[in-house]
Amino acid sequence: MAVSIDIQKKFRGFELRVKLESGSGAMGILGASGSGKSMTLRCIAGIEKPDAGRIIVNGKTMFDSERGINLKPQERRIGYLFQNYALFPTMTVEENIGCGFRGRRNSTCGGKAERAVKIGDFIQRYQLQGLEKHYPSQLSGGQQQRVALARMMIGEPEMILLDEPFSALDGYLKDVMQRDMQDFLKDYPGDMMLVTHSRDEAYKFCTHLMLMREGRAMISGEIKEIFEHPKLLDAARLTGCKNFSRIERLDEHHLYALDWGIRLAVEEAVGQDVTHVGIRGHWMRPAEEERENCLPVEVTEYIETTFEHQYMIKNPRMAETQCVWWMRPKSSFSERADEGVPPYLCLPPEHLMLLREN
Amino acid sequence: MTEFLQSINWSPLWISLKTGLVATVIAFFLGIFCARKVMKLHPTARGILDGILTMPLVLPPTVAGFFLLLIFSVKRPLGSFLLENFDWKIVQTWKGCVIAAAVIAFPLMYRNARAAFEQVDVNLIYAGETLGMSDSRIFWKVVMPTAAPGIASGTVLAFARAIGEYGATSMLAGNILGKTRTVSVAIASETAAGNYGMAGFWVAVIILISFVIVAAINVVSGRGMKTKRWM
Repeated sequence: MAVSIDIQKKFRGFELRVKLESGSGAMGILGASGSGKSMTLRCIAGIEKPDAGRIIVNGKTMFDSERGINLKPQERRIGYLFQNYALFPTMTVEENIGCGFRGRRNSTCGGKAERAVKIGDFIQRYQLQGLEKHYPSQLSGGQQQRVALARMMIGEPEMILLDEPFSALDGYLKDVMQRDMQDFLKDYPGDMMLVTHSRDEAYKFCTHLMLMREGRAMISGEIKEIFEHPKLLDAARLTGCKNFSRIERLDEHHLYALDWGIRLAVEEAVGQDVTHVGIRGHWMRPAEEERENCLPVEVTEYIETTFEHQYMIKNPRMAETQCVWWMRPKSSFSERADEGVPPYLCLPPEHLMLLREN
Repeated sequence: MTEFLQSINWSPLWISLKTGLVATVIAFFLGIFCARKVMKLHPTARGILDGILTMPLVLPPTVAGFFLLLIFSVKRPLGSFLLENFDWKIVQTWKGCVIAAAVIAFPLMYRNARAAFEQVDVNLIYAGETLGMSDSRIFWKVVMPTAAPGIASGTVLAFARAIGEYGATSMLAGNILGKTRTVSVAIASETAAGNYGMAGFWVAVIILISFVIVAAINVVSGRGMKTKRWM
């Protein structure tokens, strides 16, 4: 079970060039809008045709420009969950799900009965009982998504592609539907690919991650590894890191952060090609006295979010335009912002990320 | 009154309805076919072909009649070909009525069908493909039902245009009572002959039919509109 992709495609003055080898499991594709992540998914499903390259899923060649192979989407058996679900508006829930049924559709005995039984089974499994005769426009967003999932899964696809499945939802519904989706996907034996611009979604659903920017795959690998060691400055930004400084290498485990005006010890070995250091705002720890890796704290700005205090921190040694974000979880809503702001912040060596600009 | 009704030769009404029906069937399939084909073309080619196909709608029907005469005259290649191989004469026959009406009604069908197809979310088609539905099944089960209100109103408009056709019909098919005289042709010739009573009767018939058609469009396009209107 594996996917191997190497494709190129020009569209709207933009060039997509993606190379990806992935083992089995759940693969996330994270990127800003317009980075080509949905286009990549569409090429795998066969909805869009790459200009050149090849796509192999589970050993089956779906597309190969050199050998002139381009299977129709119908022949690929790859499920695709559209962002707006793309339910057929003139069909009922039952009929929609029936459209995904592959197998004998004609009236030969057995075929019809088998189909009806299977549709009933999927209606049960996706908790759509009582909605069989409803039209998509009569359903809530969550129900629509379940119908789309059932319709996709009834055809037993070898692989499923989810295109920003939660981007149209907000708040509570999103959390509920993400949990439902994890439940539905639990027993699915095939591979999954999820396109998203939310790092949290990727983290929740995927074991592996590919980061995309301007039509290129930046980096891919095991998801925790990528969040811990993004290796590239842009990759670190995409995974949500906000604090960066240019560096000067001192020795194998020490560097000078130019923009922060501080000498830092790091756990990882500093390679010759490292240009930046970064740290996530959540990993900085308060400190009472000046030690190694500690920044004096001067709060210049403060943002209060629902469950977090966010401070923008400066000190006289830092470059004029620089500041560092520090995120601190709240212990209660009444907690004051200036309560517990320490004189120093420690940047733990094990959490410092060594990055290359390109 | 009864005397007047008895004196009426009803053939123009039957010819009009028969012509309208056959011409609408032709325009229906041809319109849908062309709409599908044109949509798949490159934008430049699409623009040009769309312009050509819409011409009968914007040109005076007599211009269409003129070209049809040029094409189907037995002295011309196509006209003589049809006559020799199929024994089909188009000029001054009922077939001429049908062809004239179909040509004039075609753009209405074509444009409405295209507009209706363009409204169909392309992701629905892609979804059908990834689900393994065949292209023809996607077209008949997904695209057509979704586009149905637009297709239906196009069909009714095409029918209305076809039964009311005058200019091209009178040029291509002429005015032979019982053969090619439709209601609209009858109105013109009765008026020209000073028979205002008879002309008025046919006018009333046409008004009645047109009203029924417009009402039918409203019913058809009002159905299937589940979204809120802006007014």
